[in-house]
Amino acid sequence: MSAPAATAAAAAPPRLALRLDRLGVVIAGLAVYAAVAPFATFRANRIVAGEGQTILAALPTAEARLLLAVLAAAGLVALLRTPAPLRLAASVAALAALAVFAGRAGVFLTPADNAYARVSPASGFWIGLFAFALLAADAFTRLALPPFMRLAALALAAAGVALLLGSGAWDGLSILKEYSNRADVFWREATTHVALAGGSLAAAVAAGLPLGVLCHRVPKLRAAILNVLNMIQTVPSIALFGILIAPLGWIAANVPLAAAAGIRGIGAAPAFVALVLYSLLPVVANTVAGLAAVPREADDAARGMGMTDGQRLFSVELPLALPVILTGIRIVLVQNIGLATIAALIGGGGFGVFVFQGIGQTAMDLVLLGAVPTVALAFAAGVVLDALVEMAGGAREGRA
Amino acid sequence: MIAIEGLTKRYGPTAVVDDVSLSVPAGAIAVVVGTSGSGKTTLMRMVNRLIEPTSGRVAIDGLDTASVPAHELRRRIGYAIQNHGLFPHRTVAENIATVPKLLGWSTARIATRVDELLGLFQLDAGRFARRYPHELSGGQQQRVGVARALAAEPAVLLMDEPFGALDPIIRAKAQDDLKAIQRRFGTTVMLVTHDMEEAIRLGDRIAVMDAGRLLQYAPPAEILAKPATAFVDALIGTGDRPFRLLSLVPVGDLVEPGAADGEPVAAACSARDALADLLWSGRPALPVAGDDGVLLGRVTRETLIRHAARPS
Repeated sequence: MSAPAATAAAAAPPRLALRLDRLGVVIAGLAVYAAVAPFATFRANRIVAGEGQTILAALPTAEARLLLAVLAAAGLVALLRTPAPLRLAASVAALAALAVFAGRAGVFLTPADNAYARVSPASGFWIGLFAFALLAADAFTRLALPPFMRLAALALAAAGVALLLGSGAWDGLSILKEYSNRADVFWREATTHVALAGGSLAAAVAAGLPLGVLCHRVPKLRAAILNVLNMIQTVPSIALFGILIAPLGWIAANVPLAAAAGIRGIGAAPAFVALVLYSLLPVVANTVAGLAAVPREADDAARGMGMTDGQRLFSVELPLALPVILTGIRIVLVQNIGLATIAALIGGGGFGVFVFQGIGQTAMDLVLLGAVPTVALAFAAGVVLDALVEMAGGAREGRA
Repeated sequence: MIAIEGLTKRYGPTAVVDDVSLSVPAGAIAVVVGTSGSGKTTLMRMVNRLIEPTSGRVAIDGLDTASVPAHELRRRIGYAIQNHGLFPHRTVAENIATVPKLLGWSTARIATRVDELLGLFQLDAGRFARRYPHELSGGQQQRVGVARALAAEPAVLLMDEPFGALDPIIRAKAQDDLKAIQRRFGTTVMLVTHDMEEAIRLGDRIAVMDAGRLLQYAPPAEILAKPATAFVDALIGTGDRPFRLLSLVPVGDLVEPGAADGEPVAAACSARDALADLLWSGRPALPVAGDDGVLLGRVTRETLIRHAARPS
């Protein structure tokens, strides 16, 4: 700070630090909505329309007051300019309270011995969840934690959710009732989902990295390859599935062992191929961009000191391009976790199975059983790869 | 020794380097000077075959460079460039170890050599070996760049504007260090620059290039005294000519018996600096002292001015 500015700051009359935080105003507004809007929905069975209950109606009086007090306190912390650690603590407290009391509402609202009644979180819960998740994300940004601390925070959050689910606190909620009816199917589809998203990523990296290197080394190929990949990216996923039915069906019918290996016109094979095709553009484009950003002098020195093309690629170019390539891989992984949902449309399995079944049965709880894990998985994958990108580029580039 | 014979590089009809022949004696520094686009960098890059010549040949210590694979050739030739070209993802020690590692030296031998070079370039191994290039100052980065080029004890060192990115004070120091280290190892150096001052300061021989052609290749004194063409003359700069000539002579060579007042100058100091001192202080003569501080005699303004005149 320059000397005159310091003097001015010192001369300013002492004021109460009651200044408002801009994002906090939004968060507090959402928190107010969360406090008065329906907190939980009660339905006589899983497909009829329900009636929303506010916090005061959905919980025993004492618990309702406790939850409202936590939301009010956390909202106030968000509204005022407060230190980042306090904001983080407030957001965690509010999120935990919302989660625990949503479970309590499930128990409170469900009549005894009624297996058909369904209680699910309503708009107030979701808005509150969004508001304080926003506060938590903002606090994390302000704290600027090193990558491994962010990974630790993610692990803690995952442990918290596991504890919540394992303790049975949410068993009264409809989404877990849907789960308990399908527990074995759920884990099978979860495995399929992860295998589709992760496997297509691995295949895309295996094919895309060499393609990217080729584009970098042979500039004439660059425009052609990237244009083709761009074109693939614009084909809607359903159309791509349709396009793939014919060639994959033909392969299954005519290539020995192909059918035995699971290749069919519909099912997991076309879903996998489509995901790989969509993944190629980010992988190839980021590989090209990363290699192009390698300092020219470092490349010249590597050549001038007698590295062969392969040595230069693996010990200079790829390590220096790694952060940009990892950014591409992050895009692909998050994109594929979301896109893999569509695979269920053609019998490919994955969390999309619950989403499309739920839509078919107008059972929103079943849709959530597919959607919530997908979002959580994509979020976690994003956090992990962000941390990896920073670790890969941080130490040596002088960025913290 | 580097022997260049009839070296030519054409891109289409234009010759970037046009039939250049020159030879750098073992243990000498040859500086190639020219404006940008003169072909000086292309000439140098053809020596380690970063650019393949259209015609002509290069021999290093009698070995035709075309007879070995390019990457093997380059491992025997030191290479230092402007902006140092250090690998940002590798530590100082790893950077210096690059070529020894490519040559398959043992870890112990590499470690010894890295420490030796860091010491030679006045970089404390304990402090610098594990740092990354971005943590060093510009001068330190440049020294690591030259240390890296010398790591595998090459007989020949190629340098492309190695000091171009340094400020004048650090550049002068880096030039002195290079000369000292070059004398110590007896390395044959070919250095490319656009700076005539640097060429005169460092070069045992100076090659002046323009439009791909070698105009003159001679010791600095001869370049100054008998510029071969008007272009060479212009590159030297007529205003600076006498002073550049003086800068080639140590004042110890011009000592005459007698005494003079004031602080003595060192015999190794250049005649140019001695004259500057005389002119600035308004004295007619300066005492000259040897390395051990013993007075050798004096140097007069007249002697210095006489030596600044065009040699006949």
